[in-house]
Amino acid sequence: MSATQNELGNTSQTGLKKVKRWPPEVSILLVLAGIAIAFEILGWIFVGESFLASKQRLSIIVLQVAIIGIIAVGVTQVIITGGVDLSSGSMVGFIAMVAASFAQTSANARAVFLQPEYVQFGLDWFIDSSPIWAIIVGLIMGLLLGWLNGLVIAKTGIPPFIATLGMMVSARGLAKWYTLGQPVALLNEDFAWFGQSFNVGGFPVPRIVIVFFIVAAICHVLLAYTRYGKFTYAIGANPQAARVSGINIGNHLIKVYAMAGLLSGLAGVMLAARAQSAQPGMGVAFELDAIAAAVIGGTSLAGGVGRITGTFIGTIILGVVTSGFTFLKVGAYYQEIVKGLIIVAAVVIDQQRQNKRRKA
Amino acid sequence: MVSPTTMQAVRESGAVPGAGYILEVENVRKEFPGVVALDNVHLRLKRGTVHALMGENGAGKSTLMKIVAGIYTPDSGSFKLRGQHIRLKNPLDALQNGIAMIHQELNLMAPMSIAENIWIGREPVNRLGLVRHGEMRRMTAELFRRLDIDLDPDVQIGTLSVANRQMVEIAKAVSFNSDVLIMDEPTSALTDKEVKHLFTIIRSLKEQGKGIIYITHKMNELFEIADEVSVFRDGKYIATKPSSELTRDDIIRMMVGREITQMFPKDTVPIGDVVLSVKNLTLNGVFRDVSFDVRAGEILGLAGLVGSGRSNVAETIFGVTPASAGTIHINGRQINMSSPSVAMRHGMAFLTEDRKETGCFLLLDIQDNTQMAVLQQRYVNWGFVAQSQLGKDSRDIANRLRVRTPDMHEPIINLSGGNQQKVLICRWLLTNPKILILDEPTRGIDVGAKAEIHKLISNLAGQGVAVIMISSEMPEVLGMSDRIMVLHEGRVTGFLDRSEADQVKIMELASH
Repeated sequence: MSATQNELGNTSQTGLKKVKRWPPEVSILLVLAGIAIAFEILGWIFVGESFLASKQRLSIIVLQVAIIGIIAVGVTQVIITGGVDLSSGSMVGFIAMVAASFAQTSANARAVFLQPEYVQFGLDWFIDSSPIWAIIVGLIMGLLLGWLNGLVIAKTGIPPFIATLGMMVSARGLAKWYTLGQPVALLNEDFAWFGQSFNVGGFPVPRIVIVFFIVAAICHVLLAYTRYGKFTYAIGANPQAARVSGINIGNHLIKVYAMAGLLSGLAGVMLAARAQSAQPGMGVAFELDAIAAAVIGGTSLAGGVGRITGTFIGTIILGVVTSGFTFLKVGAYYQEIVKGLIIVAAVVIDQQRQNKRRKA
Repeated sequence: MVSPTTMQAVRESGAVPGAGYILEVENVRKEFPGVVALDNVHLRLKRGTVHALMGENGAGKSTLMKIVAGIYTPDSGSFKLRGQHIRLKNPLDALQNGIAMIHQELNLMAPMSIAENIWIGREPVNRLGLVRHGEMRRMTAELFRRLDIDLDPDVQIGTLSVANRQMVEIAKAVSFNSDVLIMDEPTSALTDKEVKHLFTIIRSLKEQGKGIIYITHKMNELFEIADEVSVFRDGKYIATKPSSELTRDDIIRMMVGREITQMFPKDTVPIGDVVLSVKNLTLNGVFRDVSFDVRAGEILGLAGLVGSGRSNVAETIFGVTPASAGTIHINGRQINMSSPSVAMRHGMAFLTEDRKETGCFLLLDIQDNTQMAVLQQRYVNWGFVAQSQLGKDSRDIANRLRVRTPDMHEPIINLSGGNQQKVLICRWLLTNPKILILDEPTRGIDVGAKAEIHKLISNLAGQGVAVIMISSEMPEVLGMSDRIMVLHEGRVTGFLDRSEADQVKIMELASH
């Protein structure tokens, strides 16, 4: 009895001097800079050209990870609550299929909604309609599936890992069932517009990248300055204390998972627009890259810790690594092996950081 | 250093060194940073006796038992087992030396059978190293026969009642051929019939010459089963006497016998109308028919031993664990207290007992810890937190409570326990509560901070807040409360007015 009292009563007393702290992003930024410089040096040695001084490459770095980034912004919020979302990749696949089917032109005889079973329900009017429908339906689908994730977790109390694992399998099944495994191609040009680039002073900027930046900015504000954000951190940091503080944990979790689903939906729509087609296998293992980006960016899998800025940098790190290896002409297999090592190293560092915090 | 009174007490106990003692612990001292948990404590256990340890919560019984069981090592003092000096390294070492502890929280593996649980790590094996299940079953049956326990060795632990699991724990302890058995409140979850059976087993163990250390809060048990009683208070040894020479009052007096200091002032303030009225509140299996009123400006103390249901009553009133039956009225209106947010909407605040488990967000900073509850009610426009105003108000309130920190954005984990507690009080004060429930508001807090918190509680009552205060510290309860409600095993055993209350009366009601 007295032992525990004592541990509580004598946590080390800090002096009253204001301690200056670097924001946690600084260390991740340093890692990013280190990796970039390493590739720059290796580039000059092995390839004989600069890694960074290439507009095209810089744009590709971000483009490659923009879709993952959008998912990662959602999954970061889920991880901060102490959960995880494994279903994002499958949701991307399913929603890419659905969105593409709404953006298909009638010039294609295989258009999903021209199939007799859909025509019979009067669903063929979507064909050649505005691409806005494809986007709206995609986002609503994402929101709905994410909400379902949250509902199952909040109402049954099963671990998020299991609930979203179920969704991962089912959503992939939905993606295949939707067209019985057929790809959806030949989308209308207005829809494809979202996946293309525009020029800023000779610098090609993909619209997907702009979407990713906007999404990250909005969610950063949400997490840092709103009640939604405060409650998200509180639930991850100590669910029991959150409950006693009057927070309805179930309702809040539903919101967070719905948000993650919405962003997966957005990622699915963007992926279909960029590829100008969709097939049921799209987005496989995207959830793992997204989780990796969040964790590299300093989000703690134990919950309560993480920032969108960190996830943003973590996403860029993934992009730089992929692009750098390609630049150095390292084979795809080696790339995966090293990427795995980087993820594990990031978690090890995260854990050590946590231990240090606990000892402080 | 042994004080003359302790020496006298040792002599009175008839203790002559070496005479039939299995265990002799003398002048044991144990310090935790900042706190002396045990201060030159003695314990001498005779062969074939039951030796009861008595004392209030925090008196040092559990620390002493953990030393005997090898969980803690003492800082100084001598430890003799069967007349030999010995130094236990860990619980396994203690077990191998014949000291077994039966824990309050049982340590059995539910999916495995009784026999597997008892012989885990010591299974009889054949030449190939495979477990001989038949032999294990036979050994278990033999053990049970000796102890008069009627259980099938093949039954899964998970299907057993708590009482039967306790029997298995005891059998397991005996199977180590232990001479010293430590039982920490073994009857807390047992029915009267099961307690009788347990006592039969304890008596047969006594006859086999084993020494049993028995911790309990129940007086009647003590007189039924214990041969000797040692009393502790605030980490100090008070006395050891045969239970036949003691009365209930003697023991209570020894347990609480200290001066009440004047460090718990409650100002006299006008008491207003009834704010909170609780009628026949019941939580199945935990507490029953709890009824009381609290008035504006009043401090109602909740006293009772650990396990009496004090904290559970508070949790139910605040909606953390909704009641199975009974009503809660606030300002005359019946409220369905289904969750903490409902309670907060009606002006309640609840400082929980366990700062780490249900209080602090240890990963977050002081500002976030302070504002988390009030965000339900105020300082939010269109979902956005009005951080500048909230920050200013939080700082004001933290300054008023003298939270020692340079910066509200310091992680709360860097604060001392007392300062963390103040931050949690700030959290609730920001919500302007009308009813404030405090569960152990000063646990583990140094004296200075304690006095500040007491003053603050008194001020709040002065402003017309109705306060319910739970505390294990008698002087705190006596000093702060206008009225004291005493609980025993989930039932209200009485109310005491400030004028009539004293420690002995409370202990009598609490140990019934």
